[in-house]
Amino acid sequence: MTDTVPAEMIVPSFDDDVETDRTLAIICSKGSLDMAYPGLILGNAALGEGVGVHLFFTFWGFDMITKGRMEHLVFSPVGNPATHIPAALAPLPGLAKMATSQMQKAMDALEIPPVPEFLELVKASGAKIWACRLSADMNHLTMDDLWDGVDGIINASDFIEMTDGAQLLFI
Amino acid sequence: MATTTINGQEVTVDDEGFMTNYDQWNEEIGKSLAAAIGVDMTDEHWKVIHFLRDDFKAQGVTPTIRRVSTAGGVDTKRLFTLFPKKPAKKMAYIAGLPKPAGCV
Repeated sequence: MTDTVPAEMIVPSFDDDVETDRTLAIICSKGSLDMAYPGLILGNAALGEGVGVHLFFTFWGFDMITKGRMEHLVFSPVGNPATHIPAALAPLPGLAKMATSQMQKAMDALEIPPVPEFLELVKASGAKIWACRLSADMNHLTMDDLWDGVDGIINASDFIEMTDGAQLLFI
Repeated sequence: MATTTINGQEVTVDDEGFMTNYDQWNEEIGKSLAAAIGVDMTDEHWKVIHFLRDDFKAQGVTPTIRRVSTAGGVDTKRLFTLFPKKPAKKMAYIAGLPKPAGCV
């Protein structure tokens, strides 16, 4: 290919000839709406750069892949001083609902998809989706309770094995 | 910012080689760009590239993979097959558009 490219052309390298097995493994351990996005956004960006991606859902992150819960993640200012809402006001009835709706609107305005659709996107782009064995056992959940894009329920050892050489991100 | 010659035509590109002038592009140039990065253009590829061009003209920005999928009607998985590894960047390069800026 290179000998047919005119010498004057500036061609970016898309690393096609680089045999890269760069992999990024993201552990999603949170179940609130605000913490659901970082993993998905970075995972999606990595996939767009040709990096292999494993998403591992554990603990509260399980809510992101559980049918019936994944569509209803909540953002609450409680215990979240970064929202600058006075601590005494944060637990007031209705505030979490308002904060959640505001956040979702902000995401929609930027054309960031809601969590279930985002998961479909990363799955279609090649991400592997894993659920944590221990979390499944603790909550008495099986593959039937989970989003059908989940590739399997694996334990910690499986995870460590499959992420040999990968970059790791804990959210 | 630099100028380079593609098919005997002078074309302005940025430091990475992405075209910076929308109106300088034509299908022949697109073909050369695709060849330079090893993409064999089929009708399916062209359909995507034309969507990118039209959408850029309408929206003012290069569409992201998601937009090509939802608004352009091409399955995401298919995009990764047509333009392997770095689909968003490859599509933009061939279409003579800047790299998409959006996160998703």
